[in-house]
Amino acid sequence: MRVNFTVNGRQQEADDVWEGESLLYVLRERMGLPGSKNACEQGECGSCTVRLDGVPVCACLVAAGQVEGREVLTVEGLADYAKHREDAHPGGGCASGACGTTLDAAKRRQSEPTDGRTGEAVELAPIQQAFIDAGAVQCGFCTPGLLVAADELLENTPSPSDQDIREALSGNLCRCTGYEKILDAVRLAAARQGEAVQS
Amino acid sequence: MDFLRPASWEEALAAKAEHPTAVPIAGGTDVMVEINFDHRRPEYLLDLNRIGELSEWEVGQESVRLGASVPYSSIMEHLRTELPGLALASHTVASPQIRNRGGVGGNLGTASPAGDAHPALLAADCEVEAESVRGTRLIPIDAFYTGVKRNALEPDELIRAVHIKKADGPQQYSKVGTRNAMVIAVCAFGIALHPGTRTVRTGIGSAAPTPVRAKEAEEFLNAALEEGGFWENGKIITPAIAKQFAALASGACNPIDDVRGTAKYRRHAVGIMARRTLGWTWEQYRGAGRTLEGAA
Repeated sequence: MRVNFTVNGRQQEADDVWEGESLLYVLRERMGLPGSKNACEQGECGSCTVRLDGVPVCACLVAAGQVEGREVLTVEGLADYAKHREDAHPGGGCASGACGTTLDAAKRRQSEPTDGRTGEAVELAPIQQAFIDAGAVQCGFCTPGLLVAADELLENTPSPSDQDIREALSGNLCRCTGYEKILDAVRLAAARQGEAVQS
Repeated sequence: MDFLRPASWEEALAAKAEHPTAVPIAGGTDVMVEINFDHRRPEYLLDLNRIGELSEWEVGQESVRLGASVPYSSIMEHLRTELPGLALASHTVASPQIRNRGGVGGNLGTASPAGDAHPALLAADCEVEAESVRGTRLIPIDAFYTGVKRNALEPDELIRAVHIKKADGPQQYSKVGTRNAMVIAVCAFGIALHPGTRTVRTGIGSAAPTPVRAKEAEEFLNAALEEGGFWENGKIITPAIAKQFAALASGACNPIDDVRGTAKYRRHAVGIMARRTLGWTWEQYRGAGRTLEGAA
């Protein structure tokens, strides 16, 4: 079956999709977007977290056919999305995708390197930078899912309590057990976001 | 495998009539796990995501008509006042990602004894709106669970909504697991006080082949509260009554030993949860100020 949907602001088409296939498989194996990780395949680890029409979900539990006509945001699109949010919707988001891709975003995208080492040349989302600065990345496997979940938290709850952070990230497992640094990173991103709004 | 994508409820019913083996998929949090692990290869998947009305709810005079696909996160956010027990139960479902997709229709369709919504549904009292091309019927929740992962649905029927009685008194929910998130219940207990009818209803999860009510415990408590004039005088329920209620709730269990816990532990824990949740709801009823937040 064929599935048409939007990934990180770009219209995509996947052909010969098996009917029982997950969104995660389509993203990783058909679209070359391996940022969303495949681990438990039962919604327990959160490493495949993406946003579907703005809502954080486990991509492994969404059937590919269910995303027809819908918007998916993966960790690969997080920096552009965060930039667009800052430019066009300060203090909010456009997760429903109503905005589409702006000209600026399209230009930025063309200038991205294609060698896979995106972290070295591309501006990161504030939450990504905060993870690096706080030392919240160990083996890195859980990081993409945590970034997507944490970014959504800070979009909707700009000054989260520790309890808010723990709850928002409760569906993401880190087998390195680096949770304290991860909490630090989210607090850091929230604090920076607060400063940016004030200035 | 075929992927059926009905754009309307009528189309979905027609598809289910034509292909009774079709497996409905909404949030996918049960169905996709089975497919990912090769436990199930349905001939047809019937996607219900395109049917917007399934994600809507209406608050009526007596009850809430909750669309089958309303995600748990919406129940927590919007229906805390009308459905406090179910809102508390929803909060214990897995993780935010799962609560954003899963809903009560899926819990009912799967009919696992460990489904988190069941004890709250049993305690609040509700009817399941099941529909096929042949017509609509309302199945009382007490008649819905028929066996381990079995329910009263006919092969051509789909769950459209659940009509849940609005809370007319305090409700509580308690669940035992090894951590605070991403946990299948070892066992769970729901309780709802119905001061209007001077009755108490309960629900037990994961401690019998199906979700069950602790009927003897309810009958005992109803009689004891009536006899002692507790509904009027609002006095603290005596420890003897609470203890007997807990013992009868334990007795309503018919659990098994499995990887999550032993039958003995489940019986014990259900008794403890029954006593505690009775205490919490009764304190709320007496107006002693214990709020819903943080009680689950």
